[in-house]
Amino acid sequence: MHNEVWTFSDYIMLVISAIFINNILLIRFLGNCPFLGTSKRMDTAVSMSLAVVFVLTCTGPITWFIQHYLLEKYDIVYIQTLAFILTIAVFVQLVEMVIKKISPPLYRALGIYLPLITTNCAVFGTCILNIREKFNLMQTIVFSFSSAVGFGLALVIMAGLRERFNFARIPKNFQDTSIGLITAGLIGLSFYAFQGLVK
Amino acid sequence: MSRLVQEFTKGLWKEIPPFRLVLGLCPALACSTTVDNGFGMGMCLTFVLTCSNLFVSMLRKIIPEEVRLACFIVIVATFVIIVELVTQAYFYPLYLALGIFIPLIVVNCIALGRAEAFASKNPVIYSIMDGLGIGLGYTLSLMTVALFRELLGKGTLWGHHIMWSGFQPISFLQKAPGAFVCLGLLLGIMNLFGSEK
Repeated sequence: MHNEVWTFSDYIMLVISAIFINNILLIRFLGNCPFLGTSKRMDTAVSMSLAVVFVLTCTGPITWFIQHYLLEKYDIVYIQTLAFILTIAVFVQLVEMVIKKISPPLYRALGIYLPLITTNCAVFGTCILNIREKFNLMQTIVFSFSSAVGFGLALVIMAGLRERFNFARIPKNFQDTSIGLITAGLIGLSFYAFQGLVK
Repeated sequence: MSRLVQEFTKGLWKEIPPFRLVLGLCPALACSTTVDNGFGMGMCLTFVLTCSNLFVSMLRKIIPEEVRLACFIVIVATFVIIVELVTQAYFYPLYLALGIFIPLIVVNCIALGRAEAFASKNPVIYSIMDGLGIGLGYTLSLMTVALFRELLGKGTLWGHHIMWSGFQPISFLQKAPGAFVCLGLLLGIMNLFGSEK
């Protein structure tokens, strides 16, 4: 994919495919723990989505640079896992400190979700996918951003549905996580309708 | 001695992930298409978890409180790299089947969760038992989910055809949404038995 010249429509396809067809949460199964953990209320879901969009859009390109200009240059690709997770952890920590200093209201909204992002597999997984799919820098940025948007979309849809659960009579054994998973499956099924959109 | 057994067996039923301890859902969904994959993923996690618990527990008095999470991540990542290299060298089909989920063990909340909740507070020997128990419990649950998904979704078990010839596989179960529904139903059924909270 490196040598091909990507036109604008190819990028549009990449965006659509990352958001709808290969939705990172529902089809690729990445980031399910925060998905179930923060989708009980709409406001937490929105904060979490924003935090993921921001962190992923930044860490995607950063890990890409690390892979190509550090790991490959010095032939230490085997420590990729360690290098990436540390990068994400350090970046998240930095962002937390900066936000705390600059904008306390934003920190109150996003604060507790930021540390959770370190162990969010959607972030780490997308960074790895960027490398495995052999994306170039522009594709990495576009893919990271649209993956995160896909994550946010699924999370917000899910939160909207789960808020309604309060009024539904769900069997006792199926409450909470169990019904959450089944709902996620049904949302995933509806996302399958997009499958024919891109070849 | 009895405590050793207790630490081991709690992972197999009382705190069995991902049913009782709702952590590590992503691999449970993605690597449960066949019993083979479920077993492979479970074994990888068991190894990482046991070793990381061992080291976290050994170093628990040296690691400063403030940077403990970073230290745990580095320890876990080290063993994930070992698993990644070993599977790539000796179990290549498994490496291909699990794909990106092998490096993803590093962000599997079980590994970090056990380090934080158990290994950083308990002596080495108990931490090893805890890691083994939770890891094997995870393997068992992955294989259970995979059993349904493979048997009903493909009509095979451990790669062998065992359903009758006219059996129409429910391919929905092999796809992504089927994984969610299957895990959700199993979780609901699990809650039926002994929800002693």
